[in-house]
Order: sequence, then C-alpha cells, then structure tokens
Amino acid sequence: MFSQMLSSLTDGLLLGFVYGVAAMGLTLIWGVMSVINLAHGPVIALGMFGTYLLFTHLGVNPYLGLVVVAVFGLALGFVIYGAAVHRVINAPHLSSLLATFSVNMIIIGLGTAIFSTSPQNIDFPLGSVEIGFLTLPVTRLLATVGAVLFTAALYLFLYFTRPGKAIRAVANNRRAAELMGIPSSLVLALSFGLGTMLAAVAGGLISTFFPFTILSGGPYELKSFVICVLGGLGNPLGALLGGLILGGLEGLIPAFMPVSWVPVVEFGLFVLVLLLRPSGLLGAK
Amino acid sequence: MKRFGWCLLSLALAGFFFAALGQAALAAEPKTVVIGFTASQTGKLNVEAIRQINGLNLWIEQVNKAGGLKLPDGTQVKFAAKFYDDESKKERVQELYTKLISTDKADFLISPYSSGLADAAAVIAQQYNKIMITAGAASDSTYKKGYTLIYQTYTPASRYLTGAIDLLSKMDPQARKVAIVNEKDKFSTDVVNALKAYAEKKGYQVVLFEGYDSGTADFAPFINKIPADVDAVMGGGHYADTSTFARQLFEKGVKAKMVALLVAPPEPKFAELGEAAYGVIGASQWQPEAKYGPESAKKEGLEFVGISVADFDKTYKEKFKEEPSYHSAGGYVSGVILAEAIKKAGSTETPKVKQAMDEMNIMTFYGHIKFDNTPKEHGLQVGHDMVYSQWQKKQGKLVNEVVWPESAQTAKAIFYFPR
Repeated sequence: MFSQMLSSLTDGLLLGFVYGVAAMGLTLIWGVMSVINLAHGPVIALGMFGTYLLFTHLGVNPYLGLVVVAVFGLALGFVIYGAAVHRVINAPHLSSLLATFSVNMIIIGLGTAIFSTSPQNIDFPLGSVEIGFLTLPVTRLLATVGAVLFTAALYLFLYFTRPGKAIRAVANNRRAAELMGIPSSLVLALSFGLGTMLAAVAGGLISTFFPFTILSGGPYELKSFVICVLGGLGNPLGALLGGLILGGLEGLIPAFMPVSWVPVVEFGLFVLVLLLRPSGLLGAK
Repeated sequence: MKRFGWCLLSLALAGFFFAALGQAALAAEPKTVVIGFTASQTGKLNVEAIRQINGLNLWIEQVNKAGGLKLPDGTQVKFAAKFYDDESKKERVQELYTKLISTDKADFLISPYSSGLADAAAVIAQQYNKIMITAGAASDSTYKKGYTLIYQTYTPASRYLTGAIDLLSKMDPQARKVAIVNEKDKFSTDVVNALKAYAEKKGYQVVLFEGYDSGTADFAPFINKIPADVDAVMGGGHYADTSTFARQLFEKGVKAKMVALLVAPPEPKFAELGEAAYGVIGASQWQPEAKYGPESAKKEGLEFVGISVADFDKTYKEKFKEEPSYHSAGGYVSGVILAEAIKKAGSTETPKVKQAMDEMNIMTFYGHIKFDNTPKEHGLQVGHDMVYSQWQKKQGKLVNEVVWPESAQTAKAIFYFPR
C-alpha cells in the first residue's frame, strides 16, 4: 500500500509541474489584463502539434523543438492579442470572454480540418528509470525538468528585466504605469504572448508522454482554472504550487478510491477554496 | 377489306413488338438500393470507423462493378451509399439516421461503428421498420431489447475476451491473478463483465476491476493500482485509449505474463508503439491470416458466399494503401450479408429480407455468419468466433501472429514479461 501510494504521488507530482506551467500562462494573462483566456486549451493543443510536426517532419528532438514552440507561442499570442483582445480590453469581461472563445472555436475548427481528430503520438521512447520500487518514465522526468526551467526563466524575466518589471507595473496599476511612461499596449501584448507561450510549452511537454488530438487542450484548460483559483489568480508562483497540489491529489486519491472520484474531490476542493479563501492560497488578501 | 386486315395485322404486330420491348425494358430496369449509414469520420472513434466504411465502400464498388445483383424476376439491383459524419456522438447518430430514412429514403441501414452509437441507431431503425446490420458493434445488450430487425456481424462482447483466459491457463497453469482495467463505455463494460464472470468461474482471482472514462490519457493511477505479482492485465476499450494504456503499461514496467486488450492490438497502426506493442495480445474479429474459405465451409457443412480472404486482402490494400483490419472486414462483410439476404429473398422488401436474414447460415471470408432468431436475443451473432493475435518479432520486425485458438494458430503465444 505504501509503495503504491508513493509511486502514485510521484506520478502526480511530476505531472503537477506541467499543469503548473499551463496554469501560469492563464494566470499571467488574468493578472495583467483581467482577461479570462478561453483560447488557452486550443493553444496548449497547438503546442502539442507544433512539437509533433517538428519531430515527425523535420526530425527535431522534441525537447529542442520546445524552444521553437515557445517562440511560436509568443508570436501567436501577439497575433491573438492584436486580432481579438486589444479592442475589447476595456470592455466588460463578457466581451473579452466571447472574443477569446471565438479564437478557441477558430483554432479547433482549423485544427480539425487540417489534422482531423485522430490521436497523434510523438514516438520518442526514452524508457524508464527504476529507483527502488518506483518506475518513472524518463519522458515525465524530462517534462518536469523543462517545466522547472521555464518557471525559473519566467521568474527571472518578471523580476530582473525591464520588460518584466513593466509587466508587473501594469498588472499592479495600469494607469499609474502609463503615467510613468510605460507603453501599456505593448506590455499587454507581451503579457498575452508570454501567457500563450507558456500554454504552448506546456502542450509541447505533455505531447512527449500522452497522445493528443486538437481537442486535447480542453481538460488542461479546465485544470488550469482550478489551479489558478487554488494558487491565487494572477500569481505565477501560486499557479505552480496549485499545479503541484492538483497533481499530487490526482496521484493520491486513486490510491484510496476509484479513479472516477478524482474530479469530485478536485472540484469539491475548488468550491471549498472559493468559499474559504476566494483569493487563493498565495493570492493577495 | 383485305387492306383493313393487313392494317390490323401490322398494328397487332407493332403492338406486340412494343409490348415485348417494354417488357424487356421493364425486366432489365435497374433498381438502386440505398444503403444508409453514418461514419465517425471525426471524433474519438475515427480510426476504426473509417476502416469500417472503407470496407463497406469497397464492397459497394465491387458489387456494382460486377453489374449488381440479379433477382429471380430479372430486376438488376445496384447499391448506392448515403452517409454522414456522426462526429462519434450519440445525439448526432439518432438525428442522422432519422434523416437517412425520411429524407434520403434509405432502403437498408448499416450501423455506425461502436456499440454505443449502434445502439442509438438501432432504436431509430426499428422504429421506422428498417433492417439494420450492425457492423462494428459487439455489445450483447442491444439484442436483448426485443428488436426484430437488427442483425449483428461481430462476435458479441460476452464471448470477446474469454478466450484469453483459456489461453492464459494453457500458457501458465499456475497463473491466478488477473487485473481488469477497461473503458467505461457500453461495449467494454459488457466485455469485462462477461470476462470477470468467466475468469472467476475458472478459479482466477480478479485483483483489480476498474473502469476509466473515454478519452483518458493518463493511466498511471490505474497502473499503480495493479499488484506487482499480477499474472495478466486485460481490458482496454477503443483504439485511442487502449494504445495509450499499452504504451504506459510498458513505460511503467508492468511485469505481467499476459497483456490482452480490446480493439487496438489487432490494428496494424498498433505496431507504431514499437517495443510497447511487443507481446500484447488482441482479440480480433478477423485477421488476414484467417483460413476461412470454401474448404472450411465444406467441413462445417455450410455454403461459402462472396469474396475469398486473399482477394479481400489484395483489393483492399490496392485501394486504400493500408492493411485491412477486422474493422475493414466487418464493413465489407455487412455488404455481403445484405446482398445474400436480398438474393435469397428475391426481393428488397423488408419482411422478405428479414425472413432470409433469420434463416441465414453461411460461411464468408470473415467467418461463419448465423443470427439468433429467437425473440429473446433476436439478431445476436451466434456463428462467428474470435481469433487472438499477438505482436511478436520476426527478424527484429514486429509481426501480428494468430496465437489462439490452436486450430487457427500461426505462432505459439509468448509471455509479455519476461520478454
């Protein structure tokens, strides 16, 4: 029982890091511009397909391919921001919600037409490592390393570079930041780009160990919402923590009850956090 | 007067000539029978569903190319397909089958792929008094609802994986522990319920019996629950989830002697899993290596109908540039069954064709076909048997070998672990 629990927990935590990256993208966009990005899921799926196409057509190692996917995610974020979000940024939330939902539908429609909905796989087996009674697939370990690296890079960017500081300033008080000469439109576009970049990277990481279709981003988008609320909306580190909690729960719960109970407990917790600590575990009080 | 007589005679002759001509024209007038179906061209079932309609379309093309069917009254029957994409969704299926019957005037129906979708379509077919052949739907429960016009081509779920237990007892008489992890859909649930009962009857201990949601990608929570000393892992569901399950069983280093899964392993695409496919056993409705032909028909005292295994295999590969799977064979054979019933009935009218279907007992390239015609389980397939195939290696290349039943064996079964 103990060994089963430990291996379940490890699996869950490893996955939790990747959840965290996906959720950081969502929470960054929310934190800076108060936009709930409903195109988050399809962008995750595009990240999966980006890695897949680079691997199958150009033979690029999926982990190196992530760098290209990240750049593509950033560029895609700029495009989505310019085309759908910029004009409705000051409108009521429903407008930006619908705008990003439209982007969601467009990406899914195009993706279905181009890739169909057949499941795709990145056939890049790296085997497993055995540590005592734990058998850990190398792909998951590498995904965790990737997630940690991207989180660290984001942290350094936000706290130690001028554009990063500008993003935090705009998130804090857009009007004041503008008065200080910060070009808020550019900063908003950059934040949106970073958010979609993180989503695409998370997708790329997931694609190395799970099969996917253009619809596969949906569940991760939903998990991202739960994680954001758990960790505190707008707080990237909180998102990582939330990801770990969610991953850990997903690993632990099945050790005690049928796996189908996982969402019940997860969303039960979601409601509980909303009731008792609406700003999340690491959110401002 | 004489001239009048000549006139009358020529008129009569002309009348006779035109009447004969008309009769001939009437007799040779071709009738087009519309076969309606939906296909999951998109959605989670599209791999299997597309193979199924490929098979059916190949049959339609071949039968029409050969001039169609000739009925005893001289009517030449040709076939036309009318179909829509059901997106692998139940609610679309019912809407589309109603449309196929009411708007497109389909004469006969073929079911969509998968038991869930076929069950949804069966209600509509029965309601509108149309014969439906369920290709690609193994669940038993559809045939216990009192339907009289639904006929099954697949071996039913209740007999789907039970052979794997027999094979396990043959491979390792000491084996005792079986873990069952299955998709929580209609078909897989029917299969594993029957499997569990059979395994327990044979003295096996079912150490894990749990279902997962359709579309599950992470099987680690289930695999972690499988005890380390398990002898066999069985279950799965449809292609997408089962191939992922097989991949993760391998990555997590499960040390079972046997891994026997539903649907995915017999698919040629399964070999893309590489090492993870090695040793995995699949229950298959049909394999290209199967030895069904006029000889086996004669042995069982049956009439052999339709194309040979070799010809099906060859023409399918030529047209679709891929290996046919049992889904392709299931699609094709539903056409063969329908044509045979129409031929025996000498008509395309539902009651007469139904009578012929009820009495059908034939051998085809796909195997024995016979339907239960009692009110209790009307339409259930009682003739056809499963074959079990396993991915083994020949000169370092993965090949799919038939390992059970022994009579159809092309190679001896090997252990999944130790490999």
